[in-house]
This record gives sequence, structure tokens and C-alpha cells, in this order.
Amino acid sequence: MDALIKLETIRKSFPKPDKQELLVLEDIDLNLHEGEIVALLGKSGSGKSTLLRIIAGLVEPSSGMLKYKNKPVRGPVQGISMVFQHFALMPWLTVLQNVELGLEAQGIPRDERRKRSLKAIDTIGLDGFESAFPKELSGGMRQRVGVARALVVNPDVLLMDEPFSALDVLTAENLRSDLLNVWQEKQTPLKCILCVTHDISEAAIIADRILVFDSDPGCIRTEIKVDLPHPRNEDDPKVKSLIDDIYTAMTSMKTDERLVAAQYKHNDIDFGYRLPDIEVSELTGLLEEIGSDGNEADKKVHHLQDLAESLHLDVDDLFPLIDALDFMHFARIDEGDIAPTPAGEKFANADILERKEIFASHLLQYVPLAKYIRHKLDSAPNHRMNEEKFLDELEQYFSEEEAKRVLTTAIEWARYAEIFAYNVNNRVLSLEDPD
Amino acid sequence: MKNNQQYFFPHKPEAWRPNPWDFIIFFIIFAIFFALASIGGDMNTPYEVGETLPITLDPRALPGYGVRTVIRMFIAMFFSLVFALTIGTLAAKYKRAERVIIPAIDILQSVPILGFLSITIVGFIWLFPGSLLGPEFAAIFAIFTSQAWNMMLSVYQSLKTVPDDLREAARMFHLSAWQRFWRLDIPFAMPSLLWNTMMSMSGGWFFLVAAEAISVSNQEIMLPGIGSYIAMAIERANLTAVGYAIAAMLIIILLYDQLLFRPLIKWSEKFKAEQAAYDETSRSWVLSLLRRAHFWRVIGGAIGRSIDAIINCRWLLTKPTAKPTHILPPALRVPSKVMNLFWDFIIYAVAIGSFAIFVNFILQNLNFQEVAHVFYLGAITAVRIVVLIIIASLIWVPVGVWVGMRPKVAQIVQPVAQFLAAFPANLLFPLVVLMIVKYSLNIEIWTTPLMILGTQWYILFNVIAGASSLPKDLYHVAENFGLKKWLWWKRLALPAIFPFYITGALTAAGGAWNASIVAEVVCWGDVTLIATGLGAYIHEYTEIGDFPRIALGIGVMCIYVIAFNRLFWQKLYNRAEARYRLN
Repeated sequence: MDALIKLETIRKSFPKPDKQELLVLEDIDLNLHEGEIVALLGKSGSGKSTLLRIIAGLVEPSSGMLKYKNKPVRGPVQGISMVFQHFALMPWLTVLQNVELGLEAQGIPRDERRKRSLKAIDTIGLDGFESAFPKELSGGMRQRVGVARALVVNPDVLLMDEPFSALDVLTAENLRSDLLNVWQEKQTPLKCILCVTHDISEAAIIADRILVFDSDPGCIRTEIKVDLPHPRNEDDPKVKSLIDDIYTAMTSMKTDERLVAAQYKHNDIDFGYRLPDIEVSELTGLLEEIGSDGNEADKKVHHLQDLAESLHLDVDDLFPLIDALDFMHFARIDEGDIAPTPAGEKFANADILERKEIFASHLLQYVPLAKYIRHKLDSAPNHRMNEEKFLDELEQYFSEEEAKRVLTTAIEWARYAEIFAYNVNNRVLSLEDPD
Repeated sequence: MKNNQQYFFPHKPEAWRPNPWDFIIFFIIFAIFFALASIGGDMNTPYEVGETLPITLDPRALPGYGVRTVIRMFIAMFFSLVFALTIGTLAAKYKRAERVIIPAIDILQSVPILGFLSITIVGFIWLFPGSLLGPEFAAIFAIFTSQAWNMMLSVYQSLKTVPDDLREAARMFHLSAWQRFWRLDIPFAMPSLLWNTMMSMSGGWFFLVAAEAISVSNQEIMLPGIGSYIAMAIERANLTAVGYAIAAMLIIILLYDQLLFRPLIKWSEKFKAEQAAYDETSRSWVLSLLRRAHFWRVIGGAIGRSIDAIINCRWLLTKPTAKPTHILPPALRVPSKVMNLFWDFIIYAVAIGSFAIFVNFILQNLNFQEVAHVFYLGAITAVRIVVLIIIASLIWVPVGVWVGMRPKVAQIVQPVAQFLAAFPANLLFPLVVLMIVKYSLNIEIWTTPLMILGTQWYILFNVIAGASSLPKDLYHVAENFGLKKWLWWKRLALPAIFPFYITGALTAAGGAWNASIVAEVVCWGDVTLIATGLGAYIHEYTEIGDFPRIALGIGVMCIYVIAFNRLFWQKLYNRAEARYRLN
């Protein structure tokens, strides 16, 4: 059977000020078939939303071929519809008018428009709210409007961009199962759903196929086929073992080479590494959780899945944290497990001042950006430098915005470690203590 | 006004039976129609230049004058709206247009209203020979120039900030450009456009006398209206008439505020993009009344259907045609860069050319000394404005903070200040002249307060807004730690209102330049007091229609305004935004 949507070697890069290009997506090959729900799972910033927007026709790929029903896609096409992360409802239109929007654009007469919209509103469980404005609704109800608006145009393909991530857990679960109901009872001609998510258990519950995304540049690393019947329950042992598989898949991505070496090798980072947006207190918190002396020695190895559950962290929160613990040499991550290194354990059981010392030495040793800045400041006259210089250098690797974010993270960590200071008013990095 | 409720309410709409509200609405609407119809005819009466139109100071003539003035203002408002929506959209959507329009508006904003009038009056009279329509249009155009620019900028700024996901949704659901304009762009721009429209109406009043009692290029035309009434009262030194004019203005402003702007503002609340639950910020008895009337529901339904028909009009539904393959290697996309260079070249060529012509025109007629003298006059006016802004700030910042901390007081003060912002400086001429003559005061100093009369309120508005938006917690913290007196101002109040204050002071200073033309020449009956300054210079030569000198005066004023904005206000503003803005 022919694929509904076909992607061939799709690449996307953004221009940078210095005429180099920032590669976001690399050689994506992907087919979407009739009758399947596909989940696109990955960390934030991995380019999965960009890929979704390319399929939607909202973003142009830099190269490669995108076909819908064997015709090339250039711009949004009829037959592909989308649900947005933050709903994207027009606040000045009522629920009914919002749902009608797509039909209006197709030039469908008023009466038919109304009839179809009311039916879609019924299907998704919104009846009674037709005349309400979006701001009167709760998040869950708003996203229902988003779903109704997307379904009313009778699309073949429904694209969903982290559709439940702005909702609380219970609401998300409720909406998810309602949507699966609509899908299974075939209440609409919908043929395929592609859902971007960072929630591992969500992917395990809805998807027939899970594509695990890797970042820098974004690409599909692993594909997991799921043959479990709907509806699925998170407590079902089969689902549990599936979730475990996904964790393993996500953590062993970059460990191929580690396995070759006889002993564990930390993922050492270079100057142009995209430092994750993490607060020191989060790192400290996680280390305390896994490395405190209160734990028995053998209990210091943690299953990531259990850790995520007990700390209520989803992939977006957890993976950047464990990445950071890894490259800071505070913990080892292997096959879905995490364990503190001796330094990590020492840190977890130290007092505030000792912690700062340990953190400072690891920062200077394992984060080249921090080391570089400190080195430059040491040799600069007055030990002062404008951040502009470092931003320029980082922009060799990242977009302007991303460079700023990375530098901000480095500054924050360095401030905690007291290896240099920063004045936000004149944007000067220095070795001085504040007045 | 869209009202679709009858279509999906579980019960069927009742048969149309008038209720008491219908009669009230009917009455009001017919009164308005009647007034409009009778005035509309008058505008097109035969007229030859030089004829004097009889303006009477009889208070019984005032309602008629009031209606004519209001009609002029609303016609100007209509054109301002059209201008704001078209040019604002153009600037927001097309990079090339933006690079011409935005600087142009910056300059036009600093051109005084009298400047526009003196340049266009002859043309308008020539366009409609032998009819009053010429001067009428000139007056309307003058009012337009005092309203249009900030409205346009507000549309431009709104369209620039439409959230990405709404844009994407519009594309994803295949809205045509026309549908997107009405379903996304206009609603998003609406709240700020309405607010600016209200401000513009006040601005229109301030220059009303100049616009209606046209005395430029040796033309002495007094169009029937409140502005002319005021001009006549001043000429005849009739204090009672000035009192009548103030009363009439107050009533008119109150009327259109209650009948038009309040309902519109209340209605526009639904356009506010913040997805927060309803909080009652404004109330309008007219809108509640309209919503209660059956008749309105029927009309509303009809209007809703016709708006629908316009937005979804079939022949405007041209699908955004799929762009030609853009999947080209970057090397082949260069032509757009060439086009940009070409475009830049044209703009610079035109700019340099017109600058040369302008300088040539001035230097042919005037010598260099005169140019230097005008710059000197500009410096004097600049000193006045700086001093005035400082004094106004010292007064209104503490008052504004005090008011802003008390929401109840703020609700009373806001509309009063709004009325005062509309108060034409000319109405204070008698007071100023009498004081100066009686106590033989210095003209150079004591005419100056008139310059800031209308614009100082922007400082107050903004400071009130700043003080009332500060979280209550911070006040409590200050109290808890016993922050007192100067420390309280230095650590809490001043930093908190700083960005707001800068916005207000910037607007006030810009407006003061414009007002200097009215304020530096003060008349009352036979007494005319002229202060030294750029405003007086422009005023003087506009009356005799000396074009090179008008051009020079206006040009120099533009240079001063833009220099002040770029070198001083803009920098302060950026700093304030970066450092002191909450969130």
C-alpha cells in the first residue's frame, strides 16, 4: 500500500549571521500509512516540532521531498489538519465560530457550515459551550475546541503538536481517551494521526509506531513498533515493559561507542555543546535523590522510569538533567539506569560551601565554555569582559537566541560556583565580588 | 456587532415583539439620522473665497455648530481609520513598504497641523471651486492629520505582534488573505486601535480652532462650528461666549463618550487576546440597553449575516496560490537581494533629491542667517519644553502615584483628565492675557504653560497606569519594612512607574512642540501677545502664507522633534523597558 505521506531525505537548516548554516533536521525518511497512529518522541529542542511543521506545509524544508498522496506539498494542503500545543484559538470568536473557521475558508455555505460544526462539537463533547468564548473555558475544553476545529474539515491526516502538554494530568488523560474513541469508532474519515510528544507513557498508550528522535541535528534514531490492542492501561505489565524499552532506547542512543570501550565513558562535551536549560538546584535535587547516604549502596542504581514516576518528571525535564549529570561526571547513565559517581555521592552529602567547591572544580574541568570564560577573564585587564564577545563566539555554533540561552545557563552555573560574576546592567562578566 | 446566538440556542427565537428598549433606541437613532441629513446638505453650499460666513455668538446656535463640528471630526475619523488599516497593514506585511512608511510617519507626526493646512488649503479650494466643500475638506484634512498617525502606528504594532500560533492556524485552515485580515488581523488590532482612536479624538479637539477658523495664506475662512465659535468669541473678547463654548464641548464629549466609545470599548473586551477569565473593567449602559432591545437582536443578526457574507465573499476567496517551488539551492535566490538593493537605491535617490530641492527652495528665498535664526528660535522653544516637562513631572508624578494607588479615585480622575486633554488652549487665552496685562508679567514666561496644557495629561495617565499595575504585594512589602518618604520613592514608586512615565513624557514633549504654534501667540480681543519662539514664527508666516518660511519653520521643527526623540527619549525608553518593566 502506498504511503499517505512520504518524506525523503528532508533536511532543514537555518541561516546564521556568519553565513554558516545551523542544521536542525538531517536526512529524515519517514512514511505515514493509512490506519496508524505515529508518535514522534524526543527531547525538547530536537527539531520534532519543526518536522511536524514541515509536514504541515507551514515550514519549508531546505532540501528533500515531501509528498502527500503522491503529490508534492508546498504550503498547507487540504486533507492535513493540525492541533496546536497552546490551542491557537481566536479569542474573539465563539467556540462555534472557531470550529467553523476552516469550513469558512473552504467557502462552504453558512447553513451547512453550521450543521457540520455542531456535529463536530457534539462528537468531541463540547455541546452546551457553542456560544462561549475561549477565555471562558478551561484548558481542557479549549483543546477540545482545537480538536473539533481540526476534525470538522474531515482531514485524512491529523498532526498534533504536543496537544496535551499544556493540560494537567487528569484532563490530558481524559481528552486523550476521548480522542482515541473517536479514532477507533471511525466517527470521522481520519486515516492517520501523527503526534509529537515528550511524554513517554503517552507515546506508549496511543501509538502504533513510536519514532524516537535524537537531537543536534534532529534525526530519527530508533523506531519501535507497538502491537498492543487499544485501549491500553499504564499499569498493564505489557505497557510497562514497553515504557521500559523506550527509556532504554532513549538512553542507549549515544552509548554505542561506550559499549565498545571496556569501561564506562562519560559523554564529554565540547565548547559548542548546547548546555541544557537547567537550574543548579534541580541538579542538586536529583543528586540528593540518588546519592544521599540514606540510600543503601545497591539502591543507588535507579531505574529512570521509576525515578521519573516518583519525581513526577517527564522526558523534557528528566533527560536534560541526566545528560548534565553525565557530562559533569556526577552520574553514570546506562541502559535506562542511573547511578552516582563517587564525586556525585560526595556532592550529595556535602554542606553548602563544600558543594560549591566540588561544583566549581567539575565546572572548570568538564564544561569547556565555563573554563574558557574563566581563562579569558583571568588574562583580561581588570578581569572584566563584555558578554558580547562570548556571544559572538557561541553564535558560530548556535542561533543568536540559542547562544544567549546557553551563555545564560553557563553564567548561572558559574555564579553558583562563584567562578565569575556578572552584571546584568552593563552585561559585563568579571572576577570581582559584587559591591 | 455580531450576534449569532439565535442560531444555536435550544429554544427558537421568539417572534419579534417590540419591548420598551426598542422605542428608546429607535428614538436615538432617528434623531441622529435627522441631524446628519440636515447638516450634510449645508456643507455643499455655494461659496466664494473672501466671503465671510456669519458666525453668531448666540448660544442657541451652539447645538448646530456642535453637530457640524462632530460630523467633521467623524468624517476625519473615518478616513483616519481607513488610512490606519490600509497603510498600517501595508507597513506590517511588506518589508519594503515598512522601510519607507515608518520613517515617513515619524516625520509626519512632528509636522504641525497648521503646516498641513497651509499647504493644502489652496489645493482644496481649487478642487471645489465656488463651493464650501473646499474649505470643509481642508478643515477635515487638518483634523485627520491630528488623528491618523498614532492610529496607524497602533495597527502596525498590533499586526507585528500577532502570535505565531494564530498565524499558523490561519494558514493551516487555508484562510484567504481577505479572510485572515478580518478574522485575525483586525480583531487582534482592535483594542489598541480603539484606545488610540479615543486619544485621537481628544487631539482633534485641541487643534479645532486652527482647523475650523482657517486663517492661512491670507484666507480668512470661518466654517460654522465650535472652533469658529471659540475663535469669534476670542476676537470679540466675549467671556460669556467662551463659557458657553466650554459647556457645549463638555456636553458633546460626554455624549459621544457615553453613546459611542464606552459601548465600543466594552464590546471590544472580547477581542482582548489574554485568555483570562472575564474581569469587569468597563461598563456601558448603552451597550446593555442595546443588548436588551429585541430590535437590536434582529438588526444585529442581519449585520452579522452581512459581515459574514462580506468576509466570505466568493470572489474574494482566491486561495493563496501555492508558491512556486522554493526548494531551490540558496544560490538561485539571489535576485530578491538585487531587488532590495535596487529598492534601496530608489529610496535614497528620491530622499537625496527631495532634500536638495527643499534646501534649494529655502536658500533661494531666504539667506543663511535666517536659517540660523530659525534654529535659534527652535532652541528657545526647546528650552521652554524641557522646563515645562520637568515642572509637569514634578506635579503629576506624585499626583499620579497617589491616584494610581487608589483605584476608586482613579476611576473618577481618568475621564476628567481625558476631557482636559481635549481642552483647546485657545479657551484659556482670556485668562492668560488678562493676567499678563493686569500684572504686567513677562510674556516669554507666562504664555508657556499653554504649550503643555493639552499634553501634560499623558504624563498623568501613564503614571496612574503604572502605579495601579504594580502588584499589591510590593506595596505591602514596602510598608512591612517601614520604607518611608524619599526611600519609598527611590526604591519603590519611581522605579515602578519609570517605563510608564517615559512613555507619557515622550508623548507630552512631542505634543508640546505642536502646541507651541497655538501657545506662543495669544490673542484676546484687540490684545495680541507674541512670545519669541519657533511656534510663533510658524504661526506668523502661516497667516500671511509665506511658503519658504513656513517650510523652513516646519522643517526645523521636525529636525528638533526627531533629534529629541532619537537622541534622548528613545534611549531612555529602551533602558526603561530593559531594566524596569515588570514581567
